[in-house]
Amino acid sequence: MNGKPKIGVYVCHCGTNIAGTVNVEEVVQFAQTLPDVVVARNYSYMCSDPGQALITDDIANMGLNRVVVASCSPRMHEPTFRKTLLSGGLNPYFLEMANIREQCSWVHDDPIAATEKAKRVVEAAVVKARRLEALDVKEVEVEPSCLIIGAGIAGIQAALDIADAGFKVYLVEKSPTVGGHMAQLDKTFPTLDCSACILTPKMVDVANHPNIELMTYSQVEEIGGYIGNFDIKVRKKSRFVDMDKCTGCGACAEECRMAGRIPNEFDEGIGMRGAIYLPFPQAVPAKYTIDKENCLFLSKGKCGESPKCKEACQAGAINFDLQDEVVEFKVGTIIVATGFDIFDARLKPEYGYGVYDNVLTALEFERMVNASGPTGGKVVMLERGKKKKKKEGEEAEAPRMPRSVTFIQCVGSRDKSVGNEYCSRVCCMYTAKLAHLVKDKVGHDCEVTIFYMDVRAFGKGFEEFYDRVRREGVKYIRGNPSEIYKKGDKLIVRAEDTLTATPLEHETDMVVLSVGLCPRSDNREIIDLLKLSQSSDLFYLEAHPKLRPVDTASDGIYLAGVCQGPKDIPDAVAQAKGAASAAMIPMASGKVKVEAQTSVVNEDTCRGCGFCVELCPFSAIELVEINRMGWPVKVARVNEALCKGCGACAAACLSGSIQQRSFKDLQLMPQIKALGVK
Amino acid sequence: MCAEEIGFVEKYDLLGCIQCGRCTGGCPVALRTDLRVRCFMYDTQNEERLEELSERPEIWDCTTCYTCAARCPKGLEPLEVLIGLRSLQIEEGRVQPTVRDALESIFKDGNPWGSPRAKRLDWTAGLEVEALEPEAEEATDVLLFVCCTDAYDPRVMKVAQALVKVLNAAGVDFGIIGEEESCCGSEVRRLGEEGLFEMCDEENVELLNSFNVNRIVTVSPHCYNTLKKEYHGLKHPVLHYTELVAELLEEGKLQLSKEMAKVITYHDPCFLGKQNDIYDEPRYIITRIPGVEFREFDRCRERSLCCEGGGGKMWVESESKAERLAEIRVEDAKELGAEIIAVACPFCLLTLEDATKVKGVEEEMRVADILELLAEAL
Ligand SMILES: Cc1cc2nc3c(=O)[nH]c(=O)nc-3n(C[C@H](O)[C@H](O)[C@H](O)COP(=O)(O)OP(=O)(O)OC[C@H]3O[C@@H](n4cnc5c(N)ncnc54)[C@H](O)[C@@H]3O)c2cc1C
Ligand code: SF4
Ligand code: SF4
Ligand code: SF4
Ligand code: SF4
Repeated sequence: MNGKPKIGVYVCHCGTNIAGTVNVEEVVQFAQTLPDVVVARNYSYMCSDPGQALITDDIANMGLNRVVVASCSPRMHEPTFRKTLLSGGLNPYFLEMANIREQCSWVHDDPIAATEKAKRVVEAAVVKARRLEALDVKEVEVEPSCLIIGAGIAGIQAALDIADAGFKVYLVEKSPTVGGHMAQLDKTFPTLDCSACILTPKMVDVANHPNIELMTYSQVEEIGGYIGNFDIKVRKKSRFVDMDKCTGCGACAEECRMAGRIPNEFDEGIGMRGAIYLPFPQAVPAKYTIDKENCLFLSKGKCGESPKCKEACQAGAINFDLQDEVVEFKVGTIIVATGFDIFDARLKPEYGYGVYDNVLTALEFERMVNASGPTGGKVVMLERGKKKKKKEGEEAEAPRMPRSVTFIQCVGSRDKSVGNEYCSRVCCMYTAKLAHLVKDKVGHDCEVTIFYMDVRAFGKGFEEFYDRVRREGVKYIRGNPSEIYKKGDKLIVRAEDTLTATPLEHETDMVVLSVGLCPRSDNREIIDLLKLSQSSDLFYLEAHPKLRPVDTASDGIYLAGVCQGPKDIPDAVAQAKGAASAAMIPMASGKVKVEAQTSVVNEDTCRGCGFCVELCPFSAIELVEINRMGWPVKVARVNEALCKGCGACAAACLSGSIQQRSFKDLQLMPQIKALGVK
Repeated sequence: MCAEEIGFVEKYDLLGCIQCGRCTGGCPVALRTDLRVRCFMYDTQNEERLEELSERPEIWDCTTCYTCAARCPKGLEPLEVLIGLRSLQIEEGRVQPTVRDALESIFKDGNPWGSPRAKRLDWTAGLEVEALEPEAEEATDVLLFVCCTDAYDPRVMKVAQALVKVLNAAGVDFGIIGEEESCCGSEVRRLGEEGLFEMCDEENVELLNSFNVNRIVTVSPHCYNTLKKEYHGLKHPVLHYTELVAELLEEGKLQLSKEMAKVITYHDPCFLGKQNDIYDEPRYIITRIPGVEFREFDRCRERSLCCEGGGGKMWVESESKAERLAEIRVEDAKELGAEIIAVACPFCLLTLEDATKVKGVEEEMRVADILELLAEAL
């Protein structure tokens, strides 16, 4: 079909979007004068059914073999018109679009000049169309399995959906247990459901599901390949406990010489654990883990006469010789659900976190109000860093309950001074929830104050919950506090009640900082593995903020949960279900089309400098050795399944040996020249 | 340039303000005066009200400690609005006589204390210190920029003298400017006299650039802040003396041999701490003095309480009868069991020392610059 070009030109009005500025009639008349143009027409909406029919009819009746559509940017409708060509029996890559909307009518006021510009743009498109080549649309097979990184509520939900649909899931979690932050919470706003009650069944399900292979205490080390065919390498860190033998009885932990001496991460450091531990009673898997940094035997080579845990374990599960295990497998799709870190309150030194024992983060407070937490759900004044001396027969003095608790909202959110300009979306509501829990657990006479600058109660049932909490006697003061200091044994919160312009020295026993949600500090690992982009807030970037909120720029890789941006549990779950469904599309169809406008290397002229290899953001190019007239030489080679057609390599190659299909120098240069660029 | 020309809204990005209240919430003088700096961020958006607002006496209560700006979540500088309002008053010539005299004295004699230029070097009597020649062939390591207050105030003078002793003891190659030295203009700018500040900027930069030195070391954090952050075109790097002395101690060039068995606390000057993040050097120096027991104020470092010495407050009397912040500071130090409040700023020295007298504890509680302590420990 590569014979003499017969070109059809179709100029779209786009209602008045284009025709309001550009004289489309005139452009059509001009196009008719261009060489090889057989027909030129204009129409109100080319993307409509009748518009597309104009093209297919002309292909059939006039034997067109090239089509130029002068309309909007190719971003939206290039795929539309490609399909039109295909249904008309033409190779879809014989289409060229001339953008006379975004790059012409929308940005110019003068109709005469705009019409002239439109003619230039159309002419350039015709010049290029004449040189277009047919390209093959390739398809690759999709492995019907999915890797999910991170087993918080988002990862868990996505795993269950995909597994229930019959696909294989590899769920990789860094910490010793699944559950993520939700497992740390006591109740959840606005319904006050018990977090554990609704989460634990799902945690157990992921562990038992026949289609889910759960890898906890594990890390993804390498990811290669492309949609449909990712090669994955995961390191399962040694727990020094045989998972098959451990019954989860906990006898070891009780006996561990380090018991009660290491801050438990899961309890945000308020509670203590030993070197061998289960993060919390409902942890999944219910298997113990030895933390080798703190284990006396593993770090110092000696634990008393002999390791006590080993003596205590009836099942013989403890084995200090266990090694990390590296497993490799293939998947078709990947979902990233790595969640968040809370804001590090030390970055706002004016609040004295880390200086005063009873300035807490909200997550520490969550652990404290949690019945399975370190204080058994009691809200008590903390004495941090004090060694608890347990003497036989001596009852420890019962810790005092606070008579007043003060919350500060927006700590580390909406705050340029710490680089976080965004609203964290959950803290207004979790603050209301925690305030309610104080009233509930400490008693109604405990004075609860919330300092806020706005209350954002935008979700379903949120405003109603906020109303309820205020009526319970929680005092809301509009003003964001500026600093905390001490007077006697009271904490003083310095703020202004902005509604009455009254500066305050608010006395309180305990301050809870409603810290925001931040991108994880170790996100770099995942970014490097998957070449993910970040938005300006440093959360992972979705492909489109409105229309592709769970996709990434890379095919086959999806996002779920807070790793994409702050959200609450219902939103995290909804997004997880969205990501699961998006991942299931290629897996269900079993095949995906890959980019046809890929780069191609002229192996005769390539000098093997490797410049393009370095540049390619998708790692699609490698150097291979070939035989050139009897000499072994290195040349670049493009993996077409990986190449996204970004063109970075082609633009950079000094010898012009790597060229992108449809954008070859021979096609592009005449087009540029036709635009009048010298 | 006068503030009205671009308008307050743009000049101070007033529309960026979300009225969160952190500025007033942290403002140290809000509790003892009528100043509500947040309200000014809102009220000055109405250009018609500027004149009326500039007549409010509380705009002169601001110490320019910078707490409001440091705490602002939107990166705004509320204190600058107050300075802008002061400018309007200055332009109208409606200022307290003490302020007018100080500004005139700077214009005429290069210092705010009403003393002639010829007396600028009186503090050096009997000391080994020389004025440098401009455009010298050979570079001198350190040019000391001596604050007007250090040069003229009989009490603060001892600090500059102590610095000379310390530098000589450490064998530092240094010199001073001499009689030509003029006020840095920090207080000038903060009193709202923009034109005069521009003059200080231009003339001092030209003068300072004429010396062949490796770096400039200031005695006062106010000069430090101005030279470092507010001047245009200064060639030399600027250090505060605490940075230099910490370096000398670390490199072993300065030896402290005398014991000082005292309980010492340290008051962070706003212009050194909050405004320039210098927190560790002063503490490092104090804890090097043999025998010292160092105790921190509860309100220290980023949460330090302003002494009310800055922002032109040396020349403006507040109408408030409430307890001065410096007095709160002295009480806190007493509670801490401190025998010495160490400072690193001439204004802190004056305000706190004054407060010990008001509180009647001057016998048991000493206020001293770190340099004085160092000179005693040599
Ligand atoms: C104090 C507080 C109270 C809250 N209260 C409520 C509430 O009442 N109601 C509500 O709806 N929401 C609440 N939220 C929000 C809620 O916690 C989140 O919406 C939810 O936890 C998000 O889940 P996630 O799965 O996206 O992330 P996470 O819970 O953070 O889970 C991410 C998981 O990924 C794992 N992971 C991270 N990186 C890797 C890696 N490289 N490899 C493998 N695994 C990795 C982590 O270990 C973790 O298990 C609260 C948040 C806070 C801070
Ligand atoms: S070896 Fe000793 S320190 Fe290590 S887990 Fe066992 S008992 Fe604890
Ligand atoms: S959700 Fe509320 S508390 Fe959290 S950052 Fe947004 S406004 Fe502030
Ligand atoms: S702290 Fe900043 S944003 Fe908040 S009220 Fe003050 S000036 Fe406005
Ligand atoms: S600079 Fe200090 S005194 Fe002035 S308004 Fe700001 S916080 Fe208050």
